[in-house]
Amino acid sequence: MTRLPASRARPLLTRRTRRRLAADAALLAVTAAFAVPLAWLVLSSLDTGATLRVRVPGSPSLDNFSAVLTDEITFTPMRNSLVLCGSATALTVACAALAAYPLSRYRSRFSRPYLLTVLFATCLPITAVMVPVYALFVRVNLIDTVYGTALFLAASQLPFAIWLMKNFMDGIPRALEEAAWTDGASWFQTLWRVILPLMGPGVTVVTVYTFAIMWGNFFVPFLLLLSPEELPASVSIFTFFGNYGAIAFGQLAAFSILYSTPVVLLYVLISRRLGGGFTLGGAVKG
Amino acid sequence: MSRAATTTTAYGTTGPGARSRRTALLRWSPLAPATLLLLLFLAGPIGYCVYIAFTDMQLTGQESASFVGLDNFRHAFGDPAFLNAVVLTLVFTLISSILGQNTLGLALAALMQRASRAVRTLTGAVVITAWVLPEIVAGFLLYTFFERRGTLNAILDWLHLPSQNWLFTLPILAVSFANVWRGTAFSMLIYSAALSEIPQEVTESAEVDGASGRQRLWHVTLPMIRRSIGTNLMLNTLQTLSVFGLIWAMTRGGPGSRSQTLPVFMYDQAFLKSLIGYGTAVALLLLVVGALFSVVYLRLLREEV
Repeated sequence: MTRLPASRARPLLTRRTRRRLAADAALLAVTAAFAVPLAWLVLSSLDTGATLRVRVPGSPSLDNFSAVLTDEITFTPMRNSLVLCGSATALTVACAALAAYPLSRYRSRFSRPYLLTVLFATCLPITAVMVPVYALFVRVNLIDTVYGTALFLAASQLPFAIWLMKNFMDGIPRALEEAAWTDGASWFQTLWRVILPLMGPGVTVVTVYTFAIMWGNFFVPFLLLLSPEELPASVSIFTFFGNYGAIAFGQLAAFSILYSTPVVLLYVLISRRLGGGFTLGGAVKG
Repeated sequence: MSRAATTTTAYGTTGPGARSRRTALLRWSPLAPATLLLLLFLAGPIGYCVYIAFTDMQLTGQESASFVGLDNFRHAFGDPAFLNAVVLTLVFTLISSILGQNTLGLALAALMQRASRAVRTLTGAVVITAWVLPEIVAGFLLYTFFERRGTLNAILDWLHLPSQNWLFTLPILAVSFANVWRGTAFSMLIYSAALSEIPQEVTESAEVDGASGRQRLWHVTLPMIRRSIGTNLMLNTLQTLSVFGLIWAMTRGGPGSRSQTLPVFMYDQAFLKSLIGYGTAVALLLLVVGALFSVVYLRLLREEV
């Protein structure tokens, strides 16, 4: 392509259009590279003779899905995940909402150091704490208990949840709240009846985000839960393909899809509601 | 403590000392559950971490752990396996977070600004799906991609290029690429937001002044988003430092210890070799590195808090 100045005047392929096409081509190339592993996941789940390679199934069927939809493989681990992550999320969101209220509404010389400590804690690599957590849990007999694991998961997500929740709460104007105060409402009534309903989208984002992170967390339940019947899906899938032996790859792909679906759906839910991950990116940015 | 009495808050009743102190206590009481949870389950383990790192605690017979001072740390810095893990962690972080996720994320965000709407939506959907998938699923998918009988070699065969056993010959590169695949969406989102905030007149006037694409990027765009670059690098690096599941699923740190980054090394020492004290000393070092990054991050954000 020669770069003649005259080409700028040509109406069919303006400079802007050429640029857009170049950008489109580059993005499509990267997207194709990113899509290959995802394509394997979808194609293999429909292929009873799936191998490690991407290939279009000769006769697509849902046999892999019906093979894994049993109590042992799918329902029990998914229920365990739901109980573990559901209770931990509820605890995190409740504690974060309570904590965000005074941090957002009152000024004190404590609130800034508190917030800075919380922000500091959001950055700590939680992976590094897992060995002492294990040792501590053995000591205090919390090892292999679902509630102990849920409590730790809740605490590990709490700093970020407080931070997000406080930022969302800052965006709620105080006028309505003041009316409630003059009517003699307690802080709890104000929080519960006035503020939380007003910040519905914010609470949704914190809840969904917390739940999704916990749903995908592998290391925490991998270390702290030992009984096979208590393992959540993130750990059971690992034991499923952990031995690299004669694995039914198609079934593993089908189970991976079943296990991933809730978080993907939740992500779609919040990105629809709040204009994409940009909100989340912005919130992370501070 | 006369602060409560002297500061007038929006709803403050500046009554006599004792009463306003009670009000202040009541006001801050909602912080209690979160603080308790954080102290018990986060600050507690971190404190315990500092303690165990100076003992010879083992997985069996925990009651008999005794103080060994700096022995664990001295041992670490003389241990080739530890130094190997440090080097691999640096390589993994440099390739996957700083070069990979950060640069690719910025490139994707910049290209998306010019691309047509359909392509932009498609790219966003695919890259973000890779990010949203659970860690273990991502590890499993990239295992099948890089495995000897996997898709990458199939593509190379098809192109008549030499194939090889990636997870055996270049395990650290394979897990680094896996981390790029999984983590680029975050940088892409942060940079998309930052680029969309740059007023169009600025880049246009630079273009009119005859600045080339590269000059515009270097002298106009990058300086304007430098805060986002700092934040993004910091968060990417911290996230990458603590990656465990992805590597464990793909290579378990192997073959040998050729993809054994610090978290994997820590797990190996503490649980497979039962050296809780030593493993915790490694964890403490990791935590200190993380804390240093966090402090830098807080400095970057200082004006905004």
